[in-house]
Amino acid sequence: MASFKVSTVSLEKKQNLRIKYKRAPNAFIKFFTNTRSNRSVWGNILLVAFLTFLAFLFLFPVIFMANNAFKPLHELLKFPPDIIVKTPTLNNFLELRVIFQDSVIPLSRYIFNTIFILVIGTAGQVIFASMAAYPLAKYKFFGSEVISRIIVLSLMFSPVVTAVPNYVIISKLGLIDTYWAIILPAFAATLGLYLMKNFMEQIPSSLIEAASIDGASEFAIFWRVIMPSVKPAWITLFIVSFQTMWGVTGDMYIYKENLKTFSYALGQIARVGIARQGVMAAVSLIMFLIPTITFIIAQSNVIETMTTSGLKE
Amino acid sequence: MEDKIRVYGFKRNKDLYLMMFPFLVLFCIFVALPVLISIIISFTDFNLLQFPKFVGLSNYRRLFLNDDIFITAVKNTFVIAVITGPIGYLLAYLMAWLINELPAKIRAILTIIFYAPSISGNVYLIFTIIFSGDPYGYLNAKLLEWGIIDSPILWLQDTQYMLPVVILVSLWMSLGFGFLAFIAGLQTVDKTQYEAGEIDGIRNRWQELWYITLPNMRPQLMFGAIMSITSALGVGDITVALTGFPSPNYGAHTIANHLLDYGSIRMEMGYASAIAVVLFGMMVFTNLLIQKFIKRVGT
Repeated sequence: MASFKVSTVSLEKKQNLRIKYKRAPNAFIKFFTNTRSNRSVWGNILLVAFLTFLAFLFLFPVIFMANNAFKPLHELLKFPPDIIVKTPTLNNFLELRVIFQDSVIPLSRYIFNTIFILVIGTAGQVIFASMAAYPLAKYKFFGSEVISRIIVLSLMFSPVVTAVPNYVIISKLGLIDTYWAIILPAFAATLGLYLMKNFMEQIPSSLIEAASIDGASEFAIFWRVIMPSVKPAWITLFIVSFQTMWGVTGDMYIYKENLKTFSYALGQIARVGIARQGVMAAVSLIMFLIPTITFIIAQSNVIETMTTSGLKE
Repeated sequence: MEDKIRVYGFKRNKDLYLMMFPFLVLFCIFVALPVLISIIISFTDFNLLQFPKFVGLSNYRRLFLNDDIFITAVKNTFVIAVITGPIGYLLAYLMAWLINELPAKIRAILTIIFYAPSISGNVYLIFTIIFSGDPYGYLNAKLLEWGIIDSPILWLQDTQYMLPVVILVSLWMSLGFGFLAFIAGLQTVDKTQYEAGEIDGIRNRWQELWYITLPNMRPQLMFGAIMSITSALGVGDITVALTGFPSPNYGAHTIANHLLDYGSIRMEMGYASAIAVVLFGMMVFTNLLIQKFIKRVGT
């Protein structure tokens, strides 16, 4: 019985695959030939050629880096250098392990620090930003307009502007050399709140009113009605927050070696000279791949959220 | 049009304020208060140890009249921002618009390729190898091999080449959130408008862009502008990573670099705050100006 079941499933899968593969080139050919009346075929061909060229240009540094990460030493020091690796090796990654074995602080500690900051920072940002976004998105009350305006205004300058007083405040709060020096300011990032608020504005007010007639409290409405229906937005916020927190080195606020982050440790290794070119490329590849993969997984959600990201007049 | 619920009763208001409370407190401590403190400290002499001493406008006077390096930083920042801001913005829009018509799967792949450089991490460090000053640097090696140059060029040390390299790398990284917003915005433009346009005699994609697409995307255009302006004027990390800190002869020294120099190395907090206030003013002023301008587009 069981084997019979398996075979039908795989047959179905095969058929689906066949349909998929038949369809994919069709969509592309259709794009070239069967377009709208005000599109020229040559224009389409030119467009694709141009985009392929640009895509290569954008990818070139990444390809170069990825290949360097797998090059043995003699290929790294070859003149003239090649882009593509000839005899790929994992030596650079293994050397990375050796470096960490020699260091006082074990690799696992750096990874733990980063994961701790990432999880708490990202979760907190999603929760606090969503909670603040909901009243601003769906209600008009005393102060709501002013707060919304201040949020937009705060998007208009970058954190470097407030670096100095932030240091003063964080040290006065006694947060130097704690994870909170990185986590708490991340909670106050306004881009997340802004994206959340814009997305929530699309929810019809009648939905909220119906729930409140049924006797649900504001918190219950927020948790049971709003949050489930803005899933793409908080996935996006998660990705945005992940991308920023992942690269945080915290070297302004954290001086104790055992509290430093993974990206700080990797950055220190990458900084050491030309002989470690391969290790540096390996480090960059790791730093690059993890946020990129999270983005690829969440891409459709991010794009959906961004449809509401515009600034209202 | 605006679908919002008006609330008057205190009971309901109380819950709403309570929900915003944690964020607002953190926002005040880490965003609003620092801006105010910056402005106040910028009128004082403050070294973190002693109580700030009020010195009036002397920090600003020194900044604009006696600090040649600041003037260099302003110049460099302007050169970088004036090129990477508008070009990065247009590039982001152009790319989003061009990939918009492609089949969904190819569009998704291209989105990742163009967005990937701006994803955090330190991918841009690879440019220190590509533009490395010794003959093993990729670009030098290729140029030497092809016989275009006789001796390696110090791309990252020669003041002549530093800024162009920084600009190139900034442009490479400029397809960020604005780009994603543009892609999303393009997908929301009502398809029937394009069909109507086709009947009304819109002959090619350029006319379609100007008469239908752009006016429909004003909110996203404004959001993208904020992202471009803020990151273009705040440029600093890239210059440090590529050309070092401080860069040779301050050839790629930016306002953000100057700010961190005084704020975290020389510990002249008053002076650093004055730099921060100037940078803050430049960012907000440029943003408000461009917002006004975009509002008028297509009206």
